[in-house]
Amino acid sequence: MNANLEAIKQEIIAGAEGLSSSKEVYEFKKLFLDGKTGKIGLLMKEMKNIPNEEKAAYGKGVNELKAWALEFLGGLDEKMKAKELQARYEAEKIDITLPAVETTEGNLHPITLVRNEIIDIFAGMGFEIFEGPEIETDYYNFTALNTPQDHPARDMQDTFYLSPEFLLRTQTSAGQIHVMEKKQPPIKILSPGKVFRSDDDATHSPMFSQMEGLVVDKGITLCDLQGMLDKFVEKIYGEGTKTRLRPSYFPFTEPSVEVDCSCFECGGKGCKLCKGTGWIEILGAGIVNNHVLENCGVDPNEYSGLAFGIGIERTAMLKYGINNIKMLFESDVKVLGQLNDK
Amino acid sequence: MIAPLSWLKDYVDIDITPQELEEKLFSCGFEVEELYEVGKDISKVVVGHVLECEPIPDTHLHVCQVDCGEHGTFQICCGADNVKAGGKYPAALVGATVYATAKDHKTVEGVMTIGKGKLRGVESHGMLCSGVELGVNENMYPGAEYNGLLVFPEDTPVGADVKPILGLDDWIFDIGITANRPDCQSIVGIAREIAAVLEKPFKAPALDYTEDDVTIDNFKVTVDCPELCHRYSAHYIHDVKIEESPLWMKRRLNLVGIGAISNVVDITNYILKELGQPMHAFDYTTLEGDAINVRRAAEGEKIITLDEDELTLTTENMLICDGVKPVALAGVMGGLNSEIKDSTTTVLFESAKFARDNIRRTSRAVGKSSDSSARYAKGVDEYATVMALKRACHLIEELGCGKVGKLHVDVNTGNSVEPREMSVSIQKVNAVLGITVPTEDIIRIMTNLCFEPKVDGDTLTIQVPAYREDMEGYQDVAEEVIRMYGYEHITPTFLASATVTSGGETVEQKTEMRLKKALCATGAHECIHYSFFSPSDLDLLRLPEDAPERHAIRIMNPLSEEISIMRTTLAASMIHAVERNQKKANLEGRLYEVAKKFIAKELPLVEYPEERQTLCVSVFGEKESFFTLKGIAETVAKTLHVEFEYAPATKTFLHPFQTASISCNGEEIGYLGTLSYEIMDECDMRVPMYLMEIDLEALTKYYGKKAMFTPLPKFPEEQRDLAIVVDKNVSCGEIEKTMKEACKYITSIKLFDIYEGAQIGEDKKSMAFTVLFTPKDEAFGPESVDGFVKKILKQLGKNLGAELRS
Repeated sequence: MNANLEAIKQEIIAGAEGLSSSKEVYEFKKLFLDGKTGKIGLLMKEMKNIPNEEKAAYGKGVNELKAWALEFLGGLDEKMKAKELQARYEAEKIDITLPAVETTEGNLHPITLVRNEIIDIFAGMGFEIFEGPEIETDYYNFTALNTPQDHPARDMQDTFYLSPEFLLRTQTSAGQIHVMEKKQPPIKILSPGKVFRSDDDATHSPMFSQMEGLVVDKGITLCDLQGMLDKFVEKIYGEGTKTRLRPSYFPFTEPSVEVDCSCFECGGKGCKLCKGTGWIEILGAGIVNNHVLENCGVDPNEYSGLAFGIGIERTAMLKYGINNIKMLFESDVKVLGQLNDK
Repeated sequence: MIAPLSWLKDYVDIDITPQELEEKLFSCGFEVEELYEVGKDISKVVVGHVLECEPIPDTHLHVCQVDCGEHGTFQICCGADNVKAGGKYPAALVGATVYATAKDHKTVEGVMTIGKGKLRGVESHGMLCSGVELGVNENMYPGAEYNGLLVFPEDTPVGADVKPILGLDDWIFDIGITANRPDCQSIVGIAREIAAVLEKPFKAPALDYTEDDVTIDNFKVTVDCPELCHRYSAHYIHDVKIEESPLWMKRRLNLVGIGAISNVVDITNYILKELGQPMHAFDYTTLEGDAINVRRAAEGEKIITLDEDELTLTTENMLICDGVKPVALAGVMGGLNSEIKDSTTTVLFESAKFARDNIRRTSRAVGKSSDSSARYAKGVDEYATVMALKRACHLIEELGCGKVGKLHVDVNTGNSVEPREMSVSIQKVNAVLGITVPTEDIIRIMTNLCFEPKVDGDTLTIQVPAYREDMEGYQDVAEEVIRMYGYEHITPTFLASATVTSGGETVEQKTEMRLKKALCATGAHECIHYSFFSPSDLDLLRLPEDAPERHAIRIMNPLSEEISIMRTTLAASMIHAVERNQKKANLEGRLYEVAKKFIAKELPLVEYPEERQTLCVSVFGEKESFFTLKGIAETVAKTLHVEFEYAPATKTFLHPFQTASISCNGEEIGYLGTLSYEIMDECDMRVPMYLMEIDLEALTKYYGKKAMFTPLPKFPEEQRDLAIVVDKNVSCGEIEKTMKEACKYITSIKLFDIYEGAQIGEDKKSMAFTVLFTPKDEAFGPESVDGFVKKILKQLGKNLGAELRS
């Protein structure tokens, strides 16, 4: 081999000894391999001074040197880079127990969450969603619901009156009438909304939310009511949750029932939540009173119906373990921020 | 409804435990809200016979040897002044529980357990008790309230448990009665249900008595207001001796929460609880003109009730008058002028059915309620009036406190509810339930409930008693059957015969939920506030007298002034929410509410008001600004696929120079701005608050607008940064608008810097924008964008006096 070539090879080997970073390797490599101006590139320019018979050997030697240098310096570069990467990783070691950077997403109100959940369940059963007005007439809120002026049931709910005729609805059942007036059976509707009663203490709020359900069709029975509510409690409180019906009274249903579900906390064995009874009262329901059907022009000889009313706050409080109804209306960001339940 | 077990047992044989009875009542529709033994806190207290009683020197105490029969004889120290050898007293044994009293020996302070003790060095194995320590008052046992030992008669068996002697072994049922069953607002009514559910005979209370010939000639009852008084009956009693009632009656009244007064008054109260029929007793000698007249009060007419209160009445109130003057406020309270006194010798008992609604309204209007008015408000039945009078006469004889005269008046004003026959289809009854109840079970149940059923094929015929006004048809029969047959027989089916329907939310409901979720994504929490607010909130917002927000619908009977008008803006509730947060040191946050504003066309309401769905958003904290809130406004616009325009505006509650109106396609739909310093100050806010309200109702016409895909430009876009110097009062919006007008290829203008300073001169500012030009049908030529820029600058110069910053 040409002595020149050998000298360059030795120069590369010697020079590589002192390199300590990939950047130095890059600069060093450029010295030899930067196209036609690097030391090896310059060797090619020497070709014209080489005697013809040696040209082939010389060219081969330069190419071999070039290949060797590329491989040698390339390997060195890889080694340096690996070392540097490792150092970078080590330098970037963090204390993973430091606090998280908070994300800023807001939450739907627990009442909306429960509303959505209930709507999802019943929409799947073919219920349409109807929202009636908050300000109602005495007729829609009471009279049409079989609660005439002097009916004792009016005592059960102290009503906010806006005029002798208009009032703040005390029950979403008022929506039933609007729907039945416009539509003939089959009817399956769900009416969520705010309702108002003149009651304000530790466990009552003058405004709260209800969800009224109504089915009117041929041959609807109490068995259907329980069957449907069984499906509902299983979906909202978990599989295995059962319902129990017991007699009650609402003017717009007959028979009327109070519906309890088996305690989802203790599975019915008895605990603090269910006050040791194994059952939790969740809603009122019944078979639609014939008077109500008649008031809406639906023939009770042909159709029958079932209705139920769910207290949304109560459901939300049970579901999320909220013990004070007032908390739901105070808009404390620390409270609202907790219930991230999309 | 409070019912003592011992009283119920008068009318039905109850051979199950109180707890079992509670279950039975629950299953048939009567929830027992509370069940407890009267003497639940008292145990191991027996009749003690003091054999020896020696004073302990230098003390007020005595050391006694007390024979407690089978329990043994114990040495007990006693400080009572009425302890003596030979006496019989309640003796609490070691381990007994009794009430602990305060130093006054009257106030109960808790329950204590008796242990062995030493008083002044003398051992004591138990305690002799006073009535108070056993929770017994004068009405439960005579002498019980004496400040010393309760004394038993000599013949009391030594060592016997004191609880049966004192009536402490009785049980109290507090039963919830639904509004459709006013007939069960009485001991007899409940007993009737218990008889049915236990399938035992019901034993009606005794009504027999002997009438003599004494009467008042020409006595007359007239009812001028038959619409308010459906029935009025009265009976005359003479040779009355006013005394204390016997112990059994006082005890029962005490258990249901009524204090004993005198035999005649106690009889009326006893019957109120027993039969559920309010009664009144007049001292007959105070009645003038030998007449009773039931009429509406004259406007402004006055009566002094027996609690010595003068009431001013209206024509909505009903009076019981004698021939001359008012003697009672009907159904609510007797008059002072005719009340029973110790000297009373003749009595007129009244038993009437008044319209429940009238009594309820009167009671509320005059602010006076009584056991009687509460009972009337629930509704009394037709035949209890006469039954109650008979029962009163019977009790007068039983108590030996008077003679039953001949005078009996019964005025039926023609509004009576009579027993009636009803026929229903058994098949329809079963169709309501969804199961087939065997006909023999239906007959058995209806028999137990006193409906005297008869079956002919599919037809069930029943006799409905007058007290069951609630029975109207087959649905009611179905309920009677199933509550006795048992709800556990219902076998769940899933809408077996119902038509398949498609359900779900409307476009409006879905869009609103999408909007809520988009707002959550900006970091805002949804909140819910009351639909009503305070008139003072309108003042807080500094709204002028003629502001539309002041045209609010007022609640006629608000719980308080704070929540007395319907919201015409959501701003005030939101300001208060932020105020509460800041008071709790929550110094940053984002909140929104979607709720209705109530807009009345006319007040008071004559038609449904408009309920406008409205969005209110607030951000607060040092990191927030007008522009972070504006970002949320833009999120709203994007979510609904619309564009908002902003223009300077003023609101009385917002910063005068940091407020904008929001418009959509030229229609103003809301505002946003910085809360004014005055309100921040008034609400003690430490950090700034920004507020926005958007009328969603006006935007519903855009709901359902779909997001559409625009193809990406076929040719490369070009971008230029332009720094422009303008007068300080030129708005960014004006510049952007002018640029867009000058060049149709602009698809985006983004402000990235504002600079003010000496370099560019006073009253000037420099604004730097990145402007994006998007080609349409063909690519931009090499010079075209430069041409656009020139045109834009020219237009800016002409319209706004703007120059390119050098």
